[in-house]
Amino acid sequence: MARALITMPKTAKRGEIVEIRTLIAHPMETGYRAGDDGQIVPRNLIRRFSCRYEGELVFSADLFPAVAANPYLTFCTLATTSGTLQFTWEGDRGFSQTENVVLTVT
Amino acid sequence: MRRSWLAALCVAVSVCAAAPATPDARRSGFDFMTPETQAIQRDDAQNPAMLWVQEGAAAWERKAGSAGRSCIECHGDAAKSMKGVAARYPAFDAATRRPITLGQRINACVVDRQGGAALAPESQELLALESFVAMQSRGLPIAPPDDARLAPFRDRGEKLYRQRIGQLDLSCAQCHDERAGGKLAGATIPQAHPTGYPIYRLEWQGLGSLQRRLRGCIAGVRAEPFSYGAIELTELELYLARRAAGMKIETPAVRP
Repeated sequence: MARALITMPKTAKRGEIVEIRTLIAHPMETGYRAGDDGQIVPRNLIRRFSCRYEGELVFSADLFPAVAANPYLTFCTLATTSGTLQFTWEGDRGFSQTENVVLTVT
Repeated sequence: MRRSWLAALCVAVSVCAAAPATPDARRSGFDFMTPETQAIQRDDAQNPAMLWVQEGAAAWERKAGSAGRSCIECHGDAAKSMKGVAARYPAFDAATRRPITLGQRINACVVDRQGGAALAPESQELLALESFVAMQSRGLPIAPPDDARLAPFRDRGEKLYRQRIGQLDLSCAQCHDERAGGKLAGATIPQAHPTGYPIYRLEWQGLGSLQRRLRGCIAGVRAEPFSYGAIELTELELYLARRAAGMKIETPAVRP
């Protein structure tokens, strides 16, 4: 199970811009490198990241081989209503991880 | 009597030789980095090493081994019990009668107290625990123990530091004392103070111990690296800790 770190405020005022920062443990293997045995290491990438705020897609990104290991993504969203932000990373070899963070809007 | 006095003098001389003339001249590898890389280390939210620290915090509370015991059952809150521990390693281990590193100390606990299998050097599990424990000393000065039993090992470490090795016939001192701040190809040569281990090295795209770093340097001068856990590497670590005594611990650090 990969590990993820999500840094964001727990509460925000309505209409406030909230900064969200995400970090996930992943090798982001390009599929172009040879391992110690000389064989090509199979590609193992996170292909897509998305963030849904109460079901609504507020941010998404496609990731490619040039992205370094343990991708760090940061973005902002507008605090509209109290609810759950759902972060999903999906990729090769059926990789999928979802994290939920609750944001309370006052 | 006379012999012990001589031994004490030798220790004193080596201490004086190890300490630079002006303490301010010593700089952490952090100071040689680009502002962009420094920013990654300054901010725990984007420091990838925090992923290992987080894993280590979970492992601290997880029951493991045939004894089914967790670290927290004996040691309690790591923020209190592990504060300053990393600052004094490598330390002398009475059981094996040799100095051991923090990672080896953790492994001894895993085997003896938890009844588990020893964690492999550089394994993610060991690095996670080591970075979690070492981070509890962040901001504290490196404080090598004043233990006479360590002296002969540290002296051998210093000798190795100054010994020319490999096909390139270079010693650690020639780069990191005499040419620190200069360039090795595109990279700045740091002063080699072990202030932030285990480090997240961008080149490794992962976390690594001081021994991995030392092995990388030894292979770099085209000498055959000592294997993980070799006493020579621990001796080098001992000397480096004395050389960096008083400098602040940055674990988990980021390096290029």
